[in-house]
Amino acid sequence: MSDVAVQHGTGVYEPSLFGTYSKKIGMWLFLLSDSLTFGALLYAYTYGRVSTPNWPTPFHSESIRNATFMTAFLLTSSLTMVFAVRAAALKDLKAQRLWLLATMACGLGFVILHGREWTNLIAEGLSLPVFPLPPGHAGKAEFVDVTRTVPQFAATFFGLTGMHMLHVTLGVVYLGVIALRRWFIPILLGLWLCAWLGTPAYSPFHYGAHVLLLTAIVISFILWLKPKVYDASDVEVAGLYWHFVDLVWMFIFPLVYLMSTRIV
Amino acid sequence: MMDATQLAIEHQVAEEQTHHPKSQFLWVWGVLLILTGAEVYLAYQNMELVRMLSILMGLSVIKAALIIAYFMHMKFEVSAMKWVTMSSLVFCLAMMLVFLPDAFRILHLGVQ
Repeated sequence: MSDVAVQHGTGVYEPSLFGTYSKKIGMWLFLLSDSLTFGALLYAYTYGRVSTPNWPTPFHSESIRNATFMTAFLLTSSLTMVFAVRAAALKDLKAQRLWLLATMACGLGFVILHGREWTNLIAEGLSLPVFPLPPGHAGKAEFVDVTRTVPQFAATFFGLTGMHMLHVTLGVVYLGVIALRRWFIPILLGLWLCAWLGTPAYSPFHYGAHVLLLTAIVISFILWLKPKVYDASDVEVAGLYWHFVDLVWMFIFPLVYLMSTRIV
Repeated sequence: MMDATQLAIEHQVAEEQTHHPKSQFLWVWGVLLILTGAEVYLAYQNMELVRMLSILMGLSVIKAALIIAYFMHMKFEVSAMKWVTMSSLVFCLAMMLVFLPDAFRILHLGVQ
């Protein structure tokens, strides 16, 4: 966008310093601060990976296949997101909603696959002290020793990927609000009940599901305080957040999974 | 007055979005998938740790640049926006030059 004065209606106003609107600059500033958060977590993991000689390599071919599908889901979701932004700019509301829902579906697919990955690793004994162990697996599972001898692996792995999973989950909720506004709240509550009641009590997702309840309450307040129809700028700003989540995964996937691949 | 200015800028930005062809995004998506496939292939090549890390990080930086430039539209922003927003990301990546050599240093010290 050029630095020329903006014409709108009958008036001519001074140009924006960054050639764009405040909401977008605000989101960029948030993303920059978030990049430093993820940077710290990524460096913590990579530092441990490089400097620890007996660093575990727990990701066998099934895990790598799973993570590759997760990457494909996120990359595809970024494509559907740019199509949603484009449809919003063209004021094609139906296409905008459909592309946003497609993006959410890809994001949900990513979270489900990631949840499956976590569940398998926990069942094999890789765990944090805050996670209750699944019944009947303690002591004989594959990674019990890893948790004991290299505790920083589980701490950095679950810390980094958990933070990212939280971002993806909140991104799906964000897009849901942009696409469906207040009609998304009952859907979100349904997802919360499914995640809460559909997971066993020892799973971290059993209590982690309450994040969805918390977001439903926050969204209800926001939509009650400031109900509005979200326009092209809101879709674009939501898109920036979503692409950032995708961007972070482009570093997590090689650093966490591919650098710790088990080659038989 | 401020709201009117913001609205005018929003409309102008939205109008510019309509000029980006869909094929451009499909092309970027295809390249990202191919690079991901290359990364997975490299993971099974049993390479030396430093070499593997360097190649994977190089590919990740290329993928990140494509996402920022095309999907996040940074390529089409004014230069002031590019400089301000990219500075912290570049700083974050440049920290690799400090952390990773130190991690290798510890590895080579070993348990002696």
